[in-house]
Amino acid sequence: MIWFVGLGGSLGAAARFLLGTMLNKYQDQIPIGTWMVNVTGSFLLGGLARLYLTNQVDDWVWFFWGVGFCGAYTTFSTFGYETIHLIQSNQLKAAIIYVTSSVIVSVIVAAIGLSVFR
Amino acid sequence: MKINLLFVMIGGFFGAISRYVLGEWIQTDTVFPLGTLLANLLGCFAMGWFLTFVGRRRIIRPELTVMIGTGFIGSFTTFSTFSMETIHLFQSDFILLGILYVLITIIVGLLLAYFGRKVALANRKEGDSL
Repeated sequence: MIWFVGLGGSLGAAARFLLGTMLNKYQDQIPIGTWMVNVTGSFLLGGLARLYLTNQVDDWVWFFWGVGFCGAYTTFSTFGYETIHLIQSNQLKAAIIYVTSSVIVSVIVAAIGLSVFR
Repeated sequence: MKINLLFVMIGGFFGAISRYVLGEWIQTDTVFPLGTLLANLLGCFAMGWFLTFVGRRRIIRPELTVMIGTGFIGSFTTFSTFSMETIHLFQSDFILLGILYVLITIIVGLLLAYFGRKVALANRKEGDSL
């Protein structure tokens, strides 16, 4: 299973890198790329978790797409670094909006993902 | 760009595996997601330190910077699992524990990212005085 996690992780990291370089254009504003990645990845993982918990997909699907891809596609460390960068650039308001909207929207869409896929 | 993508994928491969192994290793009997918390906190410190260190010194090739930063540390930490675990705690009626999980992850994570930066900047000053 560990290889499925690794292979899914390499794909997830690549997708995040491509989307990030496309969307994270402005240094001192809310990093839209990371925001999008974290929100869409949370939704996808919610859906996958539902399919996995109800035995609709095999184990490898969960380890490849769930633990590997979604896990690596989304990121907390970059999110943290960007928030510190915003605060240190005196963009406190943007930092607060970035953190709260990332957390609240991601948790909500994960819940939606969990309930949508049946 | 293409070579960077390849290096990001190599980093992502090992980052995801490390997170999985840490999670298996830390498994507890409680509902609290300690594995993900530890991965995210460690990763925040590492990212703060690494990107600041690289940004100041410019001695590391860009391919290696994206391999370790975007690839390895980025994939070692995760936001989607954090969201899923939070909603799982809420739906299992562990409301307070869910709120605690979110607050600890955010507050300690941000503090550690900041400390990572501080450590990298402090090291630079020592180096300069030599």
